[in-house]
Amino acid sequence: MSRQRKIALVGNPNAGKSALFNALTGARQKIANYPGVTVERKAGRFVLPTGEPVEMTDLPGAYSLEATSPDEEVTSKVIRGQFAGESAPDALVVVLDASNLEQHLVFAQEILALGKPTVIALNMVDLAQRDGLVLDPALLEQELGVRVVPTVAVRGRGLAELAEAIASAETRLPGPGITDLSLIERRVAAHAMAEGAILSETRRHRLHARLDRVLLNPWAGPVILAAFLFVVFQAVFAWATPFADALEGGVGWLTALSIEFLPTGLGRDLLTEGILGGVGSVVVFLPQIVILFAFILAMEASGYMARAAFLMDRMMAHVGLSGRSFIPLLSSFACAIPGIMATRAISDPRDRLTTILIAPLMTCSARLPVYAVIIAAFIPRQTVGWGVGLQGLVLFALYVAGVLGAMIVALVLRRSVTKGAASGFIMELPKYQLPRLKDMAIGLWQRAWIFLRRAGTIIFTVTVVLWVMLNFPQARPGESQVDVSIAGRVANGLAVVVEPIGFNRDMALALIPAMAAREVAVSSLATTYAVDATDEEQQAVELGDQLKARWTLPMALAFLAWFVFAPQCMSTIAVARRETNGWKWPTFMLVYLFAMAYAAAGLTYWAAVAAGL
Amino acid sequence: MTLDLLPIGQNARIVAVAWNELVQEEAQRLRALGIDEGAKVAISHRGVFGGRDPLAVSVGRMIVAVRRAHAAAMEVEVL
Repeated sequence: MSRQRKIALVGNPNAGKSALFNALTGARQKIANYPGVTVERKAGRFVLPTGEPVEMTDLPGAYSLEATSPDEEVTSKVIRGQFAGESAPDALVVVLDASNLEQHLVFAQEILALGKPTVIALNMVDLAQRDGLVLDPALLEQELGVRVVPTVAVRGRGLAELAEAIASAETRLPGPGITDLSLIERRVAAHAMAEGAILSETRRHRLHARLDRVLLNPWAGPVILAAFLFVVFQAVFAWATPFADALEGGVGWLTALSIEFLPTGLGRDLLTEGILGGVGSVVVFLPQIVILFAFILAMEASGYMARAAFLMDRMMAHVGLSGRSFIPLLSSFACAIPGIMATRAISDPRDRLTTILIAPLMTCSARLPVYAVIIAAFIPRQTVGWGVGLQGLVLFALYVAGVLGAMIVALVLRRSVTKGAASGFIMELPKYQLPRLKDMAIGLWQRAWIFLRRAGTIIFTVTVVLWVMLNFPQARPGESQVDVSIAGRVANGLAVVVEPIGFNRDMALALIPAMAAREVAVSSLATTYAVDATDEEQQAVELGDQLKARWTLPMALAFLAWFVFAPQCMSTIAVARRETNGWKWPTFMLVYLFAMAYAAAGLTYWAAVAAGL
Repeated sequence: MTLDLLPIGQNARIVAVAWNELVQEEAQRLRALGIDEGAKVAISHRGVFGGRDPLAVSVGRMIVAVRRAHAAAMEVEVL
């Protein structure tokens, strides 16, 4: 069997590589336009017009083969065939932003000088036209000596021509003449080529300049960003409610149905208490998670994310980080795993390590179910004025607590374990683009699917195991089932440790399975109280009401404080190990987060008790 | 005059850069983004709350955010 040939997409960040990759391979990945989104190796199958299937990879965006970040290093090594375990690509597709040729042609010349079979995709020609630029690809073709194909990846234009060019590029080498140039010489040549290729240019008042005047205004900008983030968190609570209620109603209906039609016994109990009670209580948070991800995806795709990084740089500089850390940290609000992976775009190693270590303090979407259930049960649904709900405000405060904690930790780390010179901030601010509905829908579907798959696998397994541990051994009449069960006994042991911070036995019980995934805390509580229920009427009581009856307000607040800081997800620890090449830093992370969680929960509990809540 | 002192919207050309004052990777990245001797630049925005950090420098058809410390290493002539 002959080896499948490989084609790699290369280009500056923001050239639209990811969109082109999606359009060519049909593989779905995240498309955004802040520099450095493509941090993973992305590969897909692509069939050339000759019928030959090839493997297409999407390399991280780079400005030069001389790498200045872990990201660029990957690109540089793969192209030169120096990347361990990865054979060199047989042909390259250089992706250029048509409206920024004088910059993108610099890197293109560096690639062409390698002498590999190469095709150039002159991408986003529609946006160039919007800016009033008319280009002549034939002139560029002459200058560069390789095929230049105009494309609009997001609309699928020029793809057939590009495929045909890739197929024929295999047999020829780019002509000599542009090898061994210095960067300055390349830049001069790029400028000349760009000037030559521009047939006409009407100076239009470009949209992004006007938007920037408002969004990057030194006074209005931060206020708009803060207001926007606040709206996001309000929306997560308010907009999701009808959908969450509907899902909850559905789960309740299924539970009632099972109780009515299935024979009494352990099997029915497993279904109603374990599966519907546990998994069902997590699935109802799907709408909130989808809404949060929708905002993050829209920020990335529109180009506003890079502006947010610009606005945040000053604040990040105070704790020894840069605006570049803002992007991984904001992604961590959805999930710390992509957040930690996105740190690869940070060039300074100490900066990157600090960002990895504080990423788990950003409130990820898995914590949302825990917050939501406790807030809904204990914080009254009332407004504090101007249409701002108290529940939303508490949720916002929890997010802020995580952020403040992260800032303090960063400050301490930068003065101790990750000590070093203050890092800089150099970042391209991409053009504004309207996020495409189709890409948003695909991105959201992927996130929703990952969440549901977690619910169906990890959460399902953990819930069922917990249910078994809660039901065996079986209690004799007059005994509490939870007290005599295996899980109950383990929790009684743990309860001694967490008693000083106000946690009861049930809370201790919820902490153990929540190590696998935070949202399991909710399903564990639901399962525990369902098992504990003595009759069917009591079992049908919603989790929120169960909590209200069994917990005091200080306990609930302490539980929330615990979850702001606690390192309760195995996957995050695993990805931190992979990204830091060892167990040293993940262990450090685990220890400091547990210490913070314990202290925060304790302080909250005793403060609340002292305040008479 | 150095780039960090350039008024917003004023066109200028970078005439000299004290590369040795910058971290090597950052110097390399600035050059890769076209912020180099001979480049025509202008400051389009400055950082938050009257602060002077970071700066949004327009170079060619791009806007690039840099820190004031980077800009202070660049000597410019007003065009």
